[in-house]
Amino acid sequence: MKKRNGILMLAISVAVAVLALADMATGAARLSIAEIWRGLWGQAADESVRYIVMHFRLPKTVTALLSGAALSAAGLQMQTLFRNPLAGPYVLGVSSGASLGVAAFVLGMPLLGISAHGTWWGAIGMVGAAWIGAAAILVIIMAVTTRIKDIMAVLILGMMFGSAATAVVEILQYMSPEGAVKSYVVWTMGSLGGVLLSDLRILVPVIAAGLAISIALIKPLNMLLLGENYARTMGLDIKATRLGIFLSTILLAGTVTAFCGPIGFIGLAVPHIVRMIFREADHRTLMPASILTGGGLMLLCDIASQLPSGDLTLPVNTVTALIGIPVIIAVILRTRKTA
Amino acid sequence: MEYERINTVQLHSLTLGYRDRLLFEGAEIGFGWGEFTALIGRNGTGKSTLLRTIAALARPLGGYITVEGRRLDAMTRREIAELISFVSTDEVRVENLKVSDVVGLGRAPYTNWVGSLTERDRAQVERALRLVGMESFSGKSMDTLSDGERQRVMIARALAQDTPIILLDEPTAFLDLPNKYEICLLLRELAHKEGKCIVFSTHDMSIALEMCDTIAMIEGGRFYYGTTEMLIADGTLDRLFADTALAFDPATRNVRLRHG
Repeated sequence: MKKRNGILMLAISVAVAVLALADMATGAARLSIAEIWRGLWGQAADESVRYIVMHFRLPKTVTALLSGAALSAAGLQMQTLFRNPLAGPYVLGVSSGASLGVAAFVLGMPLLGISAHGTWWGAIGMVGAAWIGAAAILVIIMAVTTRIKDIMAVLILGMMFGSAATAVVEILQYMSPEGAVKSYVVWTMGSLGGVLLSDLRILVPVIAAGLAISIALIKPLNMLLLGENYARTMGLDIKATRLGIFLSTILLAGTVTAFCGPIGFIGLAVPHIVRMIFREADHRTLMPASILTGGGLMLLCDIASQLPSGDLTLPVNTVTALIGIPVIIAVILRTRKTA
Repeated sequence: MEYERINTVQLHSLTLGYRDRLLFEGAEIGFGWGEFTALIGRNGTGKSTLLRTIAALARPLGGYITVEGRRLDAMTRREIAELISFVSTDEVRVENLKVSDVVGLGRAPYTNWVGSLTERDRAQVERALRLVGMESFSGKSMDTLSDGERQRVMIARALAQDTPIILLDEPTAFLDLPNKYEICLLLRELAHKEGKCIVFSTHDMSIALEMCDTIAMIEGGRFYYGTTEMLIADGTLDRLFADTALAFDPATRNVRLRHG
């Protein structure tokens, strides 16, 4: 049994490595894997190749890997905490909350006559605003779930948050100058390619910290599978666990949303894909497998978003939705059957 | 019992209830080592709430509880988890969750940060599964089990937690008659042979009277406690049926229709 898991994990790792190279090779300029490889290690004959690899392809691929991993880890821990197979950062409105935070920052600052665009604190401000927005939604959801146990009601509520956030953003857009609106609209489409090499200095450590918290929560998450009462009688500090899950979800989903825009359904779908592959509920398997698979799936989505033609890139949002929604429908059909 | 009884769980003028409803007031009883105790009473009298309060899942309105002389509210979750295990009525039917994983989680107070089981932990898990007769189910998933099987797994998890005190909230509710007796026999044996303090709530009067050493009864906001024989002899059990057409018959140890 454990051996099967090891083989599966190795196979997924190899697939992720291959996808990472393939993702680096996709883009407007045609580059071979060999050129990419040399560019990565500074051995490229052509300086422009080195520049493209280091400033466009590498940040894009790293961002895809990290955002997929981050959203999947966040989705897995939310599904376990809320005991809801359909929970995820997008569906429960956490991404919407982060978007609202970003909108307030991107659209609100120009309204106040402050230009954050291109400044050193611009990226940090956007990330901070996304965290605050994500945290606000999580606090509301938590407060609601202590009163309402019906999982469908919580989901509907998450959708309401999403709509409310969209409405507020639209009001902001209506009031904002054209330039600010345009940069916001581009952001909402979800883009992995817009992340700069310098942004990685924030993205990489923050996501790493969020993932580290998720991994540290493996045992508490396993205990939560039996429900909060059982978990507490087995010695779990429920408040600390909730706080940890909150913190890591805010860091993971909030940061990804700040840099890449709202990316839907990855966080919800990947844990289910992993459960289907491994047929386990143990987070010692599910957490690392979700992180890996999420990274891989996001790479795949990014490659797919660039397939139509070399110059045209689809918003990555549309691709994740097309991949994620069938998984969600499958989950709904299955849970309805067993309930 | 001639020697002084040492109570492991002691209620000190314990008052339980909710904001708008008082369940009982000033309870002063104790549950002893090696005793198998049934907690009886009609619906809504506070049996579950009492068990939840002893398991530190709910707070009392007044008074406090000591375990081995130490106040429960001064202990950490971890310390409590090594003293008290609890089998609740919560249903655990998670997909893909294996029986051996559930029982293994019972070892959570003793395992490392990621929950790896040592040889000793594994032996405890196996023993617990064997005791409840579920050893052949260890690789099965929780959502494929029957209610009775799931109940046994949850009891095995409590056994794996290896605590001197085990509390069970209606552990026999979903079980058929042979299963009810089997589980109760097992619990009684654990109380007597390993000196554990085991308290379970139940509506099965006949099983409680037949199997238990002591009975705690909540009726009309009052606590009655004593050995089974005592409670039968002094007519306490009849209070349960006070305003019904039923009566407790001490001779047959069963319930019968009250004669007009």
